[in-house]
Parts: sequence; structure tokens; C-alpha cells
Amino acid sequence: MDGLIAFWNDLPVVVRVLLKIVVIMLPLMLMVAYYTYLERKVIGHMQVRMGPNRVGFFGFRMLGLGQPIADAVKLMFKEIIIPSGANKVLFLIAPMLSIAPALAAWAVFPFDAEWVLADVNAGLLYVLALTSLGVYGVIIAGWASNSKYSLLGAMRSAAQIVAYEIPMGFALVGVLVAAGSLNLREIVLAQQGSLLHWFWLPLLPMFMIYFVSGVAETNRAPFDVAEGESEIVAGFHVEYSGMTFAVFFLAEYANMILISALTALMFLGGWLSPFQGTALEGAFDWVPGIVWLLGKTFLFMFLFLWFRATFPRYRYDQIMRLGWKVFLPITIVWIVVIGAMKVGQLPWWFD
Amino acid sequence: MKRVIDYIRSLFLFELLRGLGLTGRYMLSRPFTLEYPEEKAPVSPRFRGLHALRRYPNGEERCIACKLCEAVCPALAITIEAEPREDGSRRTTRYDIDLFKCIFCGFCEESCPVDSIVETRIYEYHFENRGEQIMTKGKLLAIGDQYEEQLAADRAAQAVVR
Repeated sequence: MDGLIAFWNDLPVVVRVLLKIVVIMLPLMLMVAYYTYLERKVIGHMQVRMGPNRVGFFGFRMLGLGQPIADAVKLMFKEIIIPSGANKVLFLIAPMLSIAPALAAWAVFPFDAEWVLADVNAGLLYVLALTSLGVYGVIIAGWASNSKYSLLGAMRSAAQIVAYEIPMGFALVGVLVAAGSLNLREIVLAQQGSLLHWFWLPLLPMFMIYFVSGVAETNRAPFDVAEGESEIVAGFHVEYSGMTFAVFFLAEYANMILISALTALMFLGGWLSPFQGTALEGAFDWVPGIVWLLGKTFLFMFLFLWFRATFPRYRYDQIMRLGWKVFLPITIVWIVVIGAMKVGQLPWWFD
Repeated sequence: MKRVIDYIRSLFLFELLRGLGLTGRYMLSRPFTLEYPEEKAPVSPRFRGLHALRRYPNGEERCIACKLCEAVCPALAITIEAEPREDGSRRTTRYDIDLFKCIFCGFCEESCPVDSIVETRIYEYHFENRGEQIMTKGKLLAIGDQYEEQLAADRAAQAVVR
């Protein structure tokens, strides 16, 4: 063990950081792959069907668990078609622009009290900046494709993301006021105490608005007008095929996981045990914090799928109305409320 | 007052929550899926699948070349040529059904005075070359011979309503 630690410390910093990145990225990518599987299964069962159940491993069907792998292999071997008149450079950069922020945001994500790649002081700002960067991928993809469907999708997506960025930002301001820190680790630590100490209670409207805005930010149903397969085919990525399409797909699902994890982190106490402060606390001490974090993340990931199976797509003007005329005023009012709570040192969150 | 209630309702998304409840309930119920190659849906005795020509128990073919089926066929899928056999009985020399034209309406079966042309329960078949879709007399008789038991049973089950 000591030898291993010594070997680790002898490694150049670059290699160590790279290894850490791999340790975060690999499970994340696997999660993304199996999230698509979970989505098809969950939505299938909500529509009283079964979802994929044929592709397995080594000749066994295994509930169709091989499906994501088969999909990935298929997409990798498909031709990448670049439409005539497309801006080739931007066309190929766009998918990377949309996946990079979705992955880079994990750098400041604390998986446990000590498990964080970069303990940045302004972590919340960094996350906010990166989640809004994803829109560039969408806009560039839509413009570079030289297709009217793509352009329409891109413009819708841009307007929508700009509209929801603001309530999302304000919701985070609420968290920031409540926690008194921009550091994600300290935000979680500020929620210590019990299930009722978590920020979901004092910030309930913010919590809802943050998650719904997150759904809108990731262009998921019921806010998926950017894709709108029934109106503009597939919106901004209609001209993409093969691996370039797969990258957009990965980015969308990675973003969904990121939003779920961030919601869990900021409103449901991240890695904190839900039994903290109760008689059961000792009994669940052995559970590592990351299990709680994953559990909470899965809750929101499931909600994404549940929404998609339930709600019809919002009309475009309704989306704008919801963002500007409902969410924005509520968040602004609640920032004042949370400020008053903080100044009044309301027990038991802020005393 | 009503507007206030409506506003509160829409703000707190009660209807959306009810929708979520509905899909949530359905998720826990059993899927209706029939896993086709392994499981098959039950087939009615009235099922109108692939055609067949039947024979009498003594081996004589039933068809007397009355051409009622050819006349009634709305898709003009049936072509019949007939001439007297050596023993003087009237028989078909050609009985073709073009399955690309056939709409599986079952009129041929209903029009047949001797229950010769029938539609079987077979619905799993395919063609690999052009021309194979023409069901000739030989092919139809072979299907009839193969499934005679099932065909007779189905006709008997439907005898009350026919």
C-alpha cells in the first residue's frame, strides 16, 4: 500500500491529473450509455411496452443490456455525412463544443467531502459558466449545417436557453445566499444537520425552478422545441450522422446527468446521509457518501424520463411565458425572502 | 375568485402532477407486449390468411371450376382456366392467385359452393423472387393437404354462422 502511494506521488502531475480525469470520465460515460438504456426501458414501461430486451452478451438476452453497446458500435461505423454548403470546420467543431462543457463541469464536482478533482473557490460560477456554454454547440451546429430546419432549431434553442439561464442563475443566487459560499463543497457542508436542513426546504421554489430550468436547458421534453422531431425533424442536429450525431447525443445525456447531480448537490445535500441527525444515523454510517449522492442523482435522472413520458411539448410562446413571466419573478421574490431569512437568522437553517 | 383559483392551480401544476401519477401507475403495471417469435397471438377460426384448395376425403379435389371466386374477386387476383377431364367431369387446368393483388377479403371462400378455396390461418410466409407470389393450383392443393385437419375443424366451428 505504501509502495503504491509512493508510486502515485512519484508520477508527474500531468499524469496524475489525467488519471483522475479518467477515473471520473469512464463511469460517467458508462452512465451516459446506460442512461439511454434506462430511458428506453422506463418510457417503454410507462407506455405499457417492454423497451429493448433482445441484445445481450454472449448469446444471452440479459434484459437487453447490450443495447447501448450495440448502438454505440453502430453509430461509430456509420458514415459522417457533411452536407454540401456546410461550413466544414464549424460543422465538426460544434459537437465537441457541446460535449466539452458537459464533461468539464465535473472538474469541480465534489463526490464526497474529500473527493474533488479541483477544489475551486468559485465552483458555482464555473458550473454556471460551463452549463451555459453548451448553447454555442447548438447554435454553431444549427448554423453550420446549412439547413433551414437546423437553423430554426438552433434559434429556438438559443432563445430558450437564454430565457432559462436567468431563472437558473437566480436560483443559484438563492443557494449562494443560503450557503454563503461559491465553493460547491462548502455549499454541501452548509446543509449539514438533517434531511430538513437541506436547502430544498427553505429554497423550495428555487429547487423546483432550478430543476425545471435544467430540463429546459438540456432541451429535454417537454421543452424540446429545439429538437421538435414532429415539426422540424430533429432541429439543430438534423444534418448530423454517425459519430458526430452520437456526440450530440452523449452531450445531451451527460448534461442531464450533470443537472441531476447539481440539483442533488445544491438542494438535497449532496453526499450527506438522509439519516443524519436521526436515531438511524449510526446504523447507516458505513454507507459511503457517494452512494447517497448517486441515489439522489438517480432520483432526478428518473424525473427527466418521467417528464418525457408524461408531458406533451410546450408551445413556443408558452415556454417563453413560463421562463420570463413566471420563473423570473418567483426567483427574484424568493431571493428577497431568502435574504430576509438569512438576516433574521431563521432557525434552524440560518442560525 | 375563480381566476385566483385557476391561477393557483396552474402555478402549482396540479394537473401535471396528476399526469405524472398516471404514467407512474402505468409503469408499474404489466406490459401488454407479446414477444412475437416466442409468443404468438391467438388466431380466430375466421382468420383470413394464406389460401388453400381443399379435397374431399376420398382424395378428389373439390373445385368444379364454376369460376364464382374469379368473378367475385374484387382485386382480380384469381385466374382460372378449365376444361373437361378424361372422365368427363369439369375441372380446372389452371388456378392462380396473385398474392400481390389479393386483399384477403375472403369473398372467394364465401362464394365457393363446394368449400374448395379457403383461407387458412397461415400468416407467416415470404417470397424471395418475383413470380413466387403466384399461388398455382399445385401449391394451393399442397397447402390444403397439409392443413386439412385444421381447415375442416375451423369450417365445422363456423358452421353455425355460415
